[in-house]
Formats: sequence, structure tokens, C-alpha cells
Amino acid sequence: MTEPLLSVRDLRVYFHTGAGLARAVDGVAFDVGAGETVAVVGESGSGKSVTALSILRLIRPPGVIEPGSSIRFDGRELLTLDEDAMRTVRGNRIAMIFQEPMSALNPVLTVGEQVAEVVRVHTNASRKEAWERAVEMLSLTGIPAAADRAKEYPHQLSGGMRQRVMIAMALVLRPALLIADEPTTALDVTIQAQIVELLQRLQEQFGMAIVLITHDLGVVAEVADRVVVMYGGEVVEQAPVGTLFANAHHPYTEGLLNAMPRLSESHERLLTIPGVVPPATAWPSGCRFRDRCRYAWDRCAVDHPPLYVLNEQHASRCHLAEEPEHRLEPHEPLAARVGEGA
Amino acid sequence: MTVSAPVVSAGAATAPSAERAPRRAWLRRVLPYGGRWAAIILAVLVLAALLAPWISPYDPNAQPDIVALKNLPPSLAHPFGTDPFSRDVLSRVLFGARISLSVAALATAIAMTLGTAYGAIAGYVGGVLDTVLMRVVDALLAIPRVLLLIALVALWHTLPLWMLIVVLGTTGWFGLSRLVRAQVLAIRERDYVRAAEALGAPGWRVLVRHVLPNVLPTVIVAATLGIGQVILLEAGLSYLGLGVQPPTASWGNIIQDGADQVATLWWVSLFPGLLIVTTAIACTALGDALEAALDPHRRTRGGAA
Repeated sequence: MTEPLLSVRDLRVYFHTGAGLARAVDGVAFDVGAGETVAVVGESGSGKSVTALSILRLIRPPGVIEPGSSIRFDGRELLTLDEDAMRTVRGNRIAMIFQEPMSALNPVLTVGEQVAEVVRVHTNASRKEAWERAVEMLSLTGIPAAADRAKEYPHQLSGGMRQRVMIAMALVLRPALLIADEPTTALDVTIQAQIVELLQRLQEQFGMAIVLITHDLGVVAEVADRVVVMYGGEVVEQAPVGTLFANAHHPYTEGLLNAMPRLSESHERLLTIPGVVPPATAWPSGCRFRDRCRYAWDRCAVDHPPLYVLNEQHASRCHLAEEPEHRLEPHEPLAARVGEGA
Repeated sequence: MTVSAPVVSAGAATAPSAERAPRRAWLRRVLPYGGRWAAIILAVLVLAALLAPWISPYDPNAQPDIVALKNLPPSLAHPFGTDPFSRDVLSRVLFGARISLSVAALATAIAMTLGTAYGAIAGYVGGVLDTVLMRVVDALLAIPRVLLLIALVALWHTLPLWMLIVVLGTTGWFGLSRLVRAQVLAIRERDYVRAAEALGAPGWRVLVRHVLPNVLPTVIVAATLGIGQVILLEAGLSYLGLGVQPPTASWGNIIQDGADQVATLWWVSLFPGLLIVTTAIACTALGDALEAALDPHRRTRGGAA
């Protein structure tokens, strides 16, 4: 097997805060192949955004990417690159788009200038060439009359248009990897669909890989090839998207799937996972999900589960892999039971 | 003009989207908020200063007849009267405008440059450097500016004009540097700054392209306020005999020429005094207007904000 485009191994990002050591990302590993779409799914506080930022080495103090972590991209170890070399990767080979398209655009520069700025940072293009590439990229993102809109300021554009501008900034240099941190969360539902469709179209056109950070399983089902589920700073389950939806193994993944609103089912209330993600300064002993897990038994409190390999493509960090008899019922009754308990 | 603006923009808004505010509306777009009067007043003053050698009725330093022509009240021949040395006050005020305005503009330019650079470096680099730089500014701010100026100016027997400008400039940036630093600290945490970093912009470029343009309104407003302040300071120093050296006229030392007989010689001090006040107010009004005009949220299509 050839080396994947991106290979994250034993990534640990700790925040050395006054309140104690926050192990926000704690031993994460996953691969992204060229042209592949990998969704990283999890609640707020699960470490998914920190994981994304560490790929670009944008963690600021007091956050530290701990020694022993490894992020290989394009056959190079990113974590040992010097800052200048790392800058040539950012925006050029790996680009990132953010959740809030309003605040992620500079209010005093026209959107065309902001896209052209990326070109000028990384290439020797003249001001004019950079502008032309910016306009071309803006029109590829489906902005009508791009040459005119490029001269406008961010506040003159709608949220969906601004997100297209963000995408244009990220993709203008045709990076091999796009990291999209909840790109649709701040948008209206109809606009979300357009943006998702746009990302898919541009992926087809440019062939880049996408790491999609999201908690929207609807989007995941639509675009992802593989899913990495994170909880408590760890990967708890990893599987191809079909396997995950049909055959989720980890109780947390089950919970996420059950918490998805579905038209076809008649539950009156939306099912939830009880509780919240514990603070990263105080993960529970043993399994980090056990406080919220309906199957948890005594072993879970003392024995931190490894990532069990279920088959070549499917892995789950749950002792159920060894002791399946503790799983009480199949998925559907679980839904019913949680519903009654609420 | 102001009243008709909404009508014009409403018409433009219904026009095809390619149509933008017409070019002749440039001034209206740049200075939409009453700052136009301030700009016109300042433009007239600057023009008068530039044209002083041609429009002055007399030589500002000539003392034609120190007995017969001294202390004349305003008249057709001497619209602003004459001073105790029989010099024409109007001519002196016009020539004084050259000195007072250029001293103010240059000193403010120096102060703004220093303050912006200092504050931006402190705020953007942060850490120990920030702490050290800001403690230095705290110490400098603890000294009253007038005392500092008097102490510095006293180092020269006769102060060259360019040194007066340098001294006024280098004592005028402490407050601004703190403002700029605070702004930079806030702006560097904005998502678009982080996004620029995520897209590979080097630190200095992030500072110049993304942070400083967002600080600029603060600096420009501070500059217009600073100009008024420097005019007053220069007038004060010249009044104390420490600023612009006689016989060169500046608004401050013209006031001084009439100051010891102000009850009978009111015209000598009144006219330069009025101009100082007018200039200071116009600068402040222009600063307010620019602050509004530099906000891109109000720079919308057709000026429809």
C-alpha cells in the first residue's frame, strides 16, 4: 500500500493551563488518502477542532503538540518542519476553512483582495495576475458576476456568499488537502446544501482530499468516504461511512446516530445522549465515555479500552469488541429505552 | 447636498447592479458626515498659508514706522490692525499659518508613525517585549508633556525650527501607542487574522495587511485630534518664548506680541487666537467624519447606509 496523503499518529495536544493539564487531543491516529473525504465527527469538546488546527500547527500557547506525536503529509513530517517551511504548506498544500464566514473575512479588504492575497503570499504572481486568479476562483465557487462581486466588502455579501469566498481563498492554489472546520454550521439549511454540493463539485474538479470536521451526520452521510468518531480527545470509532451508519459499534456512535432527526421514524422527542463531555482536565478513569454509556460495566471503570480492530477497515475503542454480551439490545430498542428514561 | 443624497442612492439602487456611485460623488462618499465643512475650512487655511507671499498685503517682518504706525486698530489699510512694532497683523497671521500648520502637520506625522509602529510591535509580538515597551510608555506618560517639552526645548539656546518639530513629534506618541497596542491585541485574535495565518501569510504580512488596516481609523482620528493639540502646544511654547523664535511669525508668538496689552491691543491676539481655535475644532470635526467614513460598513453601494 502506498503512503497516504496525510498520516496522523499518536497526536497528543495538551494545554498547560492554570486549572491543570487539559489533554484535549490524546493519542489520535488516522489516515487520509489523496482525494479522499474523511469526516471527523464528535461533540463540542471532543478535540476535533484542535486536531484540525494541529495539522496546520496553529495551536497557540498554552497548547502544545506533545513530543512523540507525528503528522506526516506528502511524505514529510510536518511537526519537525521549521516555521518558514510550514508556511509554504499552509494555504498552498493544506488549506483550511472556518465555521464563521463573517468573522473569518477581513472587514476592510474587498473579498477579491483577500483571495488574491493568498496567491501573492505563495507565488510570484503580480498584483494583476493574482487578482485575475482570484476572480476566476470566485466564479468557480459559483459567485455570479464574480468580477464585480470581487470588489465588494464582506459585509455586502450574504452568509452563503461569504462562505464561498472562504472556499475560494482556501482552494485558489489547488491544495492537496482541505480542512473544513464545520463549514456549514453557521448557515441556513438551504445554503448548507449548496455549500456541501459546491465542496463536492470542487473536489471532483481539483481532486483534493477533504478532512471535514462536523457534528452534522447528515452532511457526513452525503459526502464522506470514511468517518473518524472522536470522543474525549480520542478516536473512538473509525469506519467507512456505509459501515458506520449500518453497523456502528461504539456506544457513543450509536448515540450520535440515534440523536439524528429522521423523517421516517415517529419518535415524538429527539433522542439524546445524557450528560456532557467531561472537561479535558479530568477524563474519567478507564473508558472516557463510561459515565454516559448505557452498557458500561465494572471493567469500563478500570480498564482503558484500546482501539480494537474489528476488521480491516473498522475499529472501535470499546470493550464490547471483546465482551459483546454486555450489549443489552440492538440499536432500535436502545432508542426506545433512552426515550422512556428522559 | 446631504438632503439629496438618499434620493440619489435610491435611484442608483434600482439601476443595474453594475452601476456604482458616480465618480463625482467621491467627496460625498469619503466625507459624508458634516466633515466637509471642516475639510473646506482647513483647505482654505492651508491654501492661505501656501499663498501667503502673494496675498499678504505687507512684509510680515517690516517695521515701517515704529512710532506712527504702531498699535493701529483694524482698518481698511490694516484689516487685523498693527502690532507694537508697527507690523501688519494680517500679514503676520498669514505667514504664521505656514509655520503653525506645517509644524503641526509634520510633528503629528512623526508622532503617528512612532506611535503606530511602537504600539503595533508591542501588541503583535507580545510577551516580555510587550511588557517592557508598555512600562516604558507608562513611565513617559507619567511626565506632563508641557514639562517634557520645556525641558527639551531648554536644551537649545535658540531652537531650530526643525528641532521644534522633532521635539513635538517625539513627545506626542505615547498615548497613541497604547491605543494601537490595545487595538492590535484585539484584532490579532479575530478569526480573519487566524484564517490569514492558516493560509500561510507570514507574521509581518498579517500585521501589515490584516491588522494595521483595521487600526488605521484609530490612528487617523488620533492624528486629527493630535494636530489640533500640537497647534495649541506650539502656540503655548511660542507664547512662552520657547517655540518659534521671533521675528519669525507663528500664531502663538503673535498672540504673545499683544498679550501684555490685550485690553487695548485686543486685535493682535484675537485673530491668531481665533484661527487656532478654528483649526483645532475643524481638525476634531474632520477626525470624527473620517472615523465614520473609514468604517467599511458605511461604505456600501451608492452610499445607502
